Amino acid sequence: MSASALVSRLEAACGADYVLTHPHALTTYGSDGLAQYHQLPLVVARPGSAEEVHAVVRACFEAGVPWVARGAGTGLSGGALPVADGVVIALSRLRRILSIDLDDGCIVVEPGVTNLAISRAVSPTHFFPPDPSSQIVCSIGGNVAENSGGAHCFKYGFTTNYVIGLEVVLSDGTVVDLDRDDPGYDLLGAFVGSEGTLGVATRIRLRVVPVPESVRTLVAFFEDTSVAGDAVTAIVSAGIVPGAIEMMDRLSIKAAEEATHAGYRLDAGAALIVELDGPQEECTARFDHVMAMCKEAGARDVRVAQSEAERALIWKTRRAAFAAMGRIAPAYYVQDGVIPRTRLSEVLGRIDELSAEFGLQVANVFHAGDGNLHPLVCYDSARPGEPERAEELAGLIVKACVEAGGSITGEHGVGVDKKRYMPSMFSEPDLEAFQRLRCAFDPHGLANPGKVMPTPRLCGEVPGPYREHPLERAGVAERF
Amino acid sequence: MQTILEARPATFQTAAAILARASADGQTVRLRGGGTKFSWGAARPDSPIELCTGRLAKVVEHNTGDLTAVLEAGVRLADAQEQFATAGQMLALDPPLADAGFSEATATIGGIVATGDSGPLRHRYGAPRDLVLGMTVALSDGAIAQSGGKVIKNVAGYDLAKLFAGSFGTLGLILSVNVRLHPLPVGTATAFGAGGDPEKLAVAARVLAAAPLELDALDIVWRAGRGGVLARCCGADPVRRAQRAAGILGEAGLEEVDVTAQDDALWQLQRSGQRSRHRALIMVSARPSALAAVLRAADQFSGTVVGRAALGVSYVEVDPAAVEQLRAALPAGARGVLRDAPAEVRCTVDAWDVREGPAVDLMRRIKARFDPAGACNPGSFVGGI
Repeated sequence: MSASALVSRLEAACGADYVLTHPHALTTYGSDGLAQYHQLPLVVARPGSAEEVHAVVRACFEAGVPWVARGAGTGLSGGALPVADGVVIALSRLRRILSIDLDDGCIVVEPGVTNLAISRAVSPTHFFPPDPSSQIVCSIGGNVAENSGGAHCFKYGFTTNYVIGLEVVLSDGTVVDLDRDDPGYDLLGAFVGSEGTLGVATRIRLRVVPVPESVRTLVAFFEDTSVAGDAVTAIVSAGIVPGAIEMMDRLSIKAAEEATHAGYRLDAGAALIVELDGPQEECTARFDHVMAMCKEAGARDVRVAQSEAERALIWKTRRAAFAAMGRIAPAYYVQDGVIPRTRLSEVLGRIDELSAEFGLQVANVFHAGDGNLHPLVCYDSARPGEPERAEELAGLIVKACVEAGGSITGEHGVGVDKKRYMPSMFSEPDLEAFQRLRCAFDPHGLANPGKVMPTPRLCGEVPGPYREHPLERAGVAERF
Repeated sequence: MQTILEARPATFQTAAAILARASADGQTVRLRGGGTKFSWGAARPDSPIELCTGRLAKVVEHNTGDLTAVLEAGVRLADAQEQFATAGQMLALDPPLADAGFSEATATIGGIVATGDSGPLRHRYGAPRDLVLGMTVALSDGAIAQSGGKVIKNVAGYDLAKLFAGSFGTLGLILSVNVRLHPLPVGTATAFGAGGDPEKLAVAARVLAAAPLELDALDIVWRAGRGGVLARCCGADPVRRAQRAAGILGEAGLEEVDVTAQDDALWQLQRSGQRSRHRALIMVSARPSALAAVLRAADQFSGTVVGRAALGVSYVEVDPAAVEQLRAALPAGARGVLRDAPAEVRCTVDAWDVREGPAVDLMRRIKARFDPAGACNPGSFVGGI
């Protein structure tokens, strides 16, 4: 099928107004949230319904053209980077909430619905726990593809723990309904977090949970991140599972405080936000304990949010940290490594050493409960060689995380950006096993090719399953 | 009857080599942990080789500060829990640990993960799939592959651990699992309410499920026309919270409402209701709002039920002859998977209650990629896999 024939098929599927081919129009779709990668696709299709998505995928299959599904484009690993000569399937028109059933504790939505809209739709009694910082704009389809986390996942888990049903289109156009409770392989579990490489979800059923009765939030200021890390260990070791436990270092406090004026202490080396939620009596008892532990660990100052407005202010500063980094440096490179929490001060020490060695500032903002670091490597692209050095430094941070027994990515995904690090975490047989799954879902490699796996791989034919020959069965012959 | 060769490898490499050799020879292999769920799944032909994980029984890591552990597949869950408890921790998985004959607690972590088995704690903590962070497996071509990691948050690579959890050993042998641990509750208390009207019980459970009480478990029980709702609270002040739960049960019209802090035996009974020694045990999955209909269906066939009220998972024990009738009486959209049953029933009833379709086709393609020789537990799984 020629390119123009494919475009006609897509126009027939979505309507001509929703198929974009002009370079100006395509530019919008050239990058996701990780702007250093840019690639124009051949064409962008903007289907308006699940059925139209199915038709688009079928057309791509018949044309043998690869495609990339795109939600809100907020991803931070280049997972929605287009493929040259490929199709982008933009799901932003699929933003209907299809049904809400609080008796069953679930909601069914289209993939373009934003993360926050889901919690809003089931409020005030329920909410959807995964809450990436981009929740105002990021779409649930993207959350499913990336298995998104957020600040509250230490207690509540990740997107994968909340997806209970999916309608998925495979790259050959087959529509498959997956349900968490269906007997058989956990195809749903394999699909969530597969970064758009196994197919595209066109209908998503999610579990939502009751809003906690009580929420208590504090921010404690410490001399440095190592002391704050001791407080985290003390809290978790006491059997307390906070709703959120987040840390910011000196540099990120400075940037964020200048942006929000929330009253964070600029003389502190670390700020620790601890939020407890749950039943009233449980929350109160635990909260006093947490305050005592922070003080015991050496907190200079502990501030407790006395109202919802004060709580919002504490969080505003945390959420502003990434954006506020522009006050420190013109550009930054964000990493997403994970370490076992007990190795925190060791790895942060290593990051400090690297920062000094490279002469680049590194700010740290992280989910302290689950050891998910977000080091922000600051640089100025106007200075020759600095972006490359920043990237190298970021790579060494990832390496330090893996060496400490952690992971190259906690919630941003591998995408194109981290695929080169995959061999530091996985051996060749491990990668081969991943490829087996990929090939079962998408043997032609049309769904988001070039992502996740470090090197391009093709799917071979499956050897036929072993069948016992009748002569073997009869004991007349045997195999050698 | 074939002679069965029992292989008990002591290393991952030996286990992988046995699988590779068998599949190269065109032989099939039965994988076995503690053997407490060995008969589950479809009736299948004997395999000449039985590969047991009994000697892969080390707790490789227990990282108390990180609340994680690495367990070889043959570790008995009971032993692991004992070790975790010394640090005030637990693996939040509490399926029955003995077989239907209620013998010793021999269930292994490998077997529990491979069958996706769980107990009342599933209400709060999820199934094995939700607690396994990473996994090492041996495939039938001899490859040893890892996926996931040892940290609680990780999205690198495909989540093969979820694919293997509940795969009944048909994709390969689970060698070890990395798991997330949780704090062991310091105190527990359970609220209980009884009644003879399935609708009333279901409504009570539904109201409790929507209440912000952070229950550790929310179960239903039904025997001979009468049942109850059980809600377990853990934490700083479990009795006070259980009293609030009891209040809700009372308002919902349940009788004999009570709270007890001596609740271990109650929950042990719930767990043992997930097995059947002489009858047939069907695990029913339905929408939580269909709970009353499931109880009524069970009642038609003198069935007894225990289950996770808010999850829609019910374990129904009926007379073996009534399995198909029970399935037919279940509410629309519900599924009933056969677990314990006499051998003759297993031969005549489809254990899985799954219709052919694109999902089953996809499962066959996955099986063909991971175990192209068809060596691992053939014939026991969904769609004849």
